[in-house]
Amino acid sequence: MTANRPLPLDFQHVSKTFSIEKRTVEALKQLSLTIEENSVTALVGPDGAGKTTLLRLAAGLYLPNTGQIRIFGYDTRQYSDQIHVMIGYMPQRFGLYEDLTVAENLNLYADLHHVSMADRQYRFDDLMVMTGLSAFTDRLAGKLSGGMKQKLGLACTLLSEPRLLLLDEPSVGVDPVSRRELWRIIQHQVKQKGTTVLLSTAYMDEAERCDKVVLVDDGEILAQDTPEHFKAHLSGHCFRLQHTRLTHRQLQSRLHAFEDIIDSIIQGESVRVVCRQTKLPDFPADIAEHLKISPAEAGLEDAFISLLRRRHPTTPQPPLQLNHINSKNHALDVIRVEQVDRWFGQFQAVKKLNFSVKRGEIFGLLGANGAGKTTTFRMLCGLLPVSNGQLSVAGVDLRTAAAKARAKIGYMSQKFSLYANLSVQQNLDFFSSAYGLKNQRRKQRIQWAVEQFDLKKDLNSNSGDLPLGYKQRLAMACALMHEPEILFLDEPTSGVDPLARREFWARTNQLAANGVTVLVTTHFMEEAEYCDRLVIMVQGEVLMTGSPAEIKQQAITAECPEPTMEQAFIHLVEKNQS
Amino acid sequence: MLFALIIKEFLAILRDPKSRFVLIGPPIIQLFVFGYGATYDLNHVPIAIYDEANSVESRRLIARFDASPAFSREITLTHQQQIAEVLDNKDVLAVIHIHPQFDRDLARGKTANIQIIIDGRDSNTALIALNYMQTILAKYNLAMAQRHHTPLPAARLQIRAWFNPNLNSQWFIVTGIIGLLTLVVTVLVTALSVAREREQGTFDQLLVTPLTPFQILVGKAVPGLVVGLLEASFIIFMAVFWFNIPFVGHLSALYLGIFLFVFSVIGIGLMISSICVTQQQGLLGAFLFIVPAVILSGFATPIANMPPLVQDLTLINPLRYFLIIVRGVFLEGLPAEVLFNQYWPLAIIGLLTLSLAAWLFRHRMY
Repeated sequence: MTANRPLPLDFQHVSKTFSIEKRTVEALKQLSLTIEENSVTALVGPDGAGKTTLLRLAAGLYLPNTGQIRIFGYDTRQYSDQIHVMIGYMPQRFGLYEDLTVAENLNLYADLHHVSMADRQYRFDDLMVMTGLSAFTDRLAGKLSGGMKQKLGLACTLLSEPRLLLLDEPSVGVDPVSRRELWRIIQHQVKQKGTTVLLSTAYMDEAERCDKVVLVDDGEILAQDTPEHFKAHLSGHCFRLQHTRLTHRQLQSRLHAFEDIIDSIIQGESVRVVCRQTKLPDFPADIAEHLKISPAEAGLEDAFISLLRRRHPTTPQPPLQLNHINSKNHALDVIRVEQVDRWFGQFQAVKKLNFSVKRGEIFGLLGANGAGKTTTFRMLCGLLPVSNGQLSVAGVDLRTAAAKARAKIGYMSQKFSLYANLSVQQNLDFFSSAYGLKNQRRKQRIQWAVEQFDLKKDLNSNSGDLPLGYKQRLAMACALMHEPEILFLDEPTSGVDPLARREFWARTNQLAANGVTVLVTTHFMEEAEYCDRLVIMVQGEVLMTGSPAEIKQQAITAECPEPTMEQAFIHLVEKNQS
Repeated sequence: MLFALIIKEFLAILRDPKSRFVLIGPPIIQLFVFGYGATYDLNHVPIAIYDEANSVESRRLIARFDASPAFSREITLTHQQQIAEVLDNKDVLAVIHIHPQFDRDLARGKTANIQIIIDGRDSNTALIALNYMQTILAKYNLAMAQRHHTPLPAARLQIRAWFNPNLNSQWFIVTGIIGLLTLVVTVLVTALSVAREREQGTFDQLLVTPLTPFQILVGKAVPGLVVGLLEASFIIFMAVFWFNIPFVGHLSALYLGIFLFVFSVIGIGLMISSICVTQQQGLLGAFLFIVPAVILSGFATPIANMPPLVQDLTLINPLRYFLIIVRGVFLEGLPAEVLFNQYWPLAIIGLLTLSLAAWLFRHRMY
C-alpha cells in the first residue's frame, strides 16, 4: 500500500437515511469501506441492502447524513466538481437517448464531459472497436439490443477516461455473450489505463472475477474478502447427493429436516448440499443406504448464503400442501407448441417454435432479452394470438377456449402485477373470487396462502410497499390460490436476491413433485439446472432442447470438460453463429 | 366474481389518495369558480364620461349610468384627445360623450345626440354593454317625457323572459356545469382504469383469470356509474340550495337522463382506456375528447350558430343531449316523454362504445 497516494474511495462511518412517506429508511448504517487503486471490487448482497445508495454516494449524487466520503482524497461534500472529473458512474438504466444514433450519443456525452475534439476521434474508434459497435454507429440507440445498449452506456461512461469507475449492476438482463464482452472491456480498462472499478452485481461468477468482494446486507458490510478466501471457508462443506430410490426432488424435501444442512439445491439429477460441518449429518437408514455421495467444490454463492442465513434465520417452510390435482385429461403432453410463428409487423419475434411439456415437469424457457421468451409465454397464456401454427395448453388454446378453461392455469408475470394500492388481504380476497372460489373453500385457500407464504404480519399493508421478496411471495400465493394444474412463471426471479430465489425454487420444486406442470422463463443460466427439461431460444428460434445434462453434454470441449450451464450456452450460441 | 371485481375497482379508486382527491377537490373548486366566474352578465364595466355640456340634464343622465351596477365610471375626461388614449389602453370599455349643445337641444325640443365610443375588440361584450346602455337611455327618455309631459313613444317593447325572468345567466351556466363536471369526472375515472392496469401489468393478470371480458367491463363500468351519479347529485344539490336555481321539473326525468348520460360517457371513457397502454395516454385521450365535447355541446355557444357540418358532428356528442335534458328539466320542467328524443341517442352511444371497449380488451395489439 502506498502511504502517500490518497485512496480512490474512502468511506468513514457513513450513514444515509431516506424518508419515504412518513417512514424513515436507513439505507446505510455507519459503513466504512476503502478501495485500493487499480483494483476491481464487487458489491453483492440482497435486494435493498444499500448497494445502489453506496454507489450513488460515491458518485457524489447523494451526500451522507453523517460520516465522510473521500474520493482520491477529495471530500464529496466540498469538492464535487473535482470529483466529477475523476469518476464515471453508470446507473442501472443508463440514460441513452433512444432517438439519437450511437455516434450522436457518444458525441453528446463527449460534449457533456468536455472531451476535446482532438481526443475524441481516437477515443471513439478505440471504444467502438472494444465494444464491437463499429458497424452500428448510425443505428438509433433505441434499436439496439439490451446487451448492445449496455455496452454503449459503458462506452459513454468511459469517454472521459475516469480514474474511478462506478457501475450499478452493469449486466442485469444482458445475455451471457454480451456479458462476457462487458467484462473484457472492464478488464481492459483496469489493465491498460489503471482504472479502479467498484461495481454491484447479482451474478456470482462476476463477483468471482473481482479482486475483492464486499457482502452488504441491511446497510452494513457483512464481510469483505477475496473470492478465494470466501470459498476457502467452506471447502469440504459441499457435497453432491444422489439417491437410487428417491427422485432428486423427494430427496431435497427430505433434506430440509436436517439442521446441519445449510442449503440444498437441485443440480441436474442430483442435490447439492452445503453442510455446517465438513461432514454430512447422520441420515436415517432409508436415506443413507441408497445414497451416492461425491464432494463438490464450494462456490462464492454458498459462502454468501451461509453468511446471510446466519443473519436471517428462516423459519423452515411448512411443506406445500396441495389437494391433489385431478384432471380428466391424462394426456402426457400438457403443453404442446407446434410450428408457431409470431410476427410484429415486419419483425418476426418467434420462428417455427416446437416443443412440448409433460405433466409434472419443470420446463424452462431460456434465452437473452429479446429472444422471444415472453412472446411465447404470452401466446401460451392466451394473451396474444399466434400468427401461424398451433398450440394447446391442457388440451385447449386459451385464446379461443371458454373463460373457464383459464381456471386451470396460474400466472405470475415478470414484473409485480398485483394491485399495489390494495392491501395484501384485499389482493388475496380479490384473486380468490376472480378464480371463482366461494364460501368455505375460499376461506380455506386464503388461510392456506397466508400460512404458507408467511403473510400474516403484512395483511393490512399495501402490497406495493412490501419488500420485493414478499411481493413475489404474494404473487405466487395469488397464482396458486385456485390450485392450478399448470403454472406459468415469467422471469419470476429477476431482481430477487439469492435467498429469496432459493425459497422460490424450493416451492416450485414441491409443486412439481405434487404433479403441477411448471413453465418458467429465466435469463439466469444457473437456474436452468432446476428444470427437468428446457429450451434455449436465440432470436426467436430454438437453439437446443433437452435436459440440463444433455445440453451441457453438447458443449463439452477439450479445454472445458465440465461446462457450467452458462458456458454451455455461450458455446452453443457461438457454434450457431459460426 | 363480479361483486369482487366491483369492490376491487372501488378500492383501487378510493385507496389512492391522489385519485380520491381528483374526485372531490377539482369538482368543488370548478363548481364555484365557474358558477360565479362564468357569466354573460356585465358587472362593473369600466366606462369613461366626457361631459362637455356639464348641465342639469347631462348630470341627470350620467347619474343613471353611475347608479347602474353594470357600469362603473373609472375616469372623467376633460379633453377630446383623451378618448383614444383610454380606449387604446383598455382602461375603459366605452366612452360616453355628451355634446355641449345637449341641454340646448333638449330645451328646443330637438333630439339631442349622445355619442358612445365602444371598444369592439371583444365583440360579444361590446354588444351586451351597448344593449345595457340603450336600456338606460330608454328609461331616461321615458322619465324625461313624463317630467316634461311630452308625448310618450308610440310603441314600446315589453319584454318577458320565460323560464329565467331576470335573464340571470348563472341559471344557464350552473345547469350546464352539472353536465360538464359529470362528464369530466366520469371520463377521467374510466379512461384511467384500464390504462392504469395495463401500465402496471395487472390487466394481463386479470385476463388470465376465468373472468370474461363482459364481466371485466361491468366491473369497470359500475364504479364509473356510481361516481358519475354521486357527482351529478352533489352538483344538483348545490345548484338548488347554494345557487338558488329553481328546479321546476321532475327528478325522475332528470335522473333517467343522468343515468343514460353517465352510461354513454363510461362507454367512451372505457373505449379510450382500452386503446391506451399508459395512464399518460389515457389522460391525453380523455382531454382530446373532453375539450371538443364541451365546446360542441351548446354549453357556451349555441349549436344553432354552428356551420351545418359541425352541427351534424355534435350528434355524436353525449353532452349535447344531456344539456338539453338538464336545462329542460331544471328550468322548463319538461317531462320525460318530451325528452325521449334526447334519451335514446345516449343509450345508443353507450351501447356502441361499451361493446367496442369490450372487444378492444382482448384484441388490442401493441
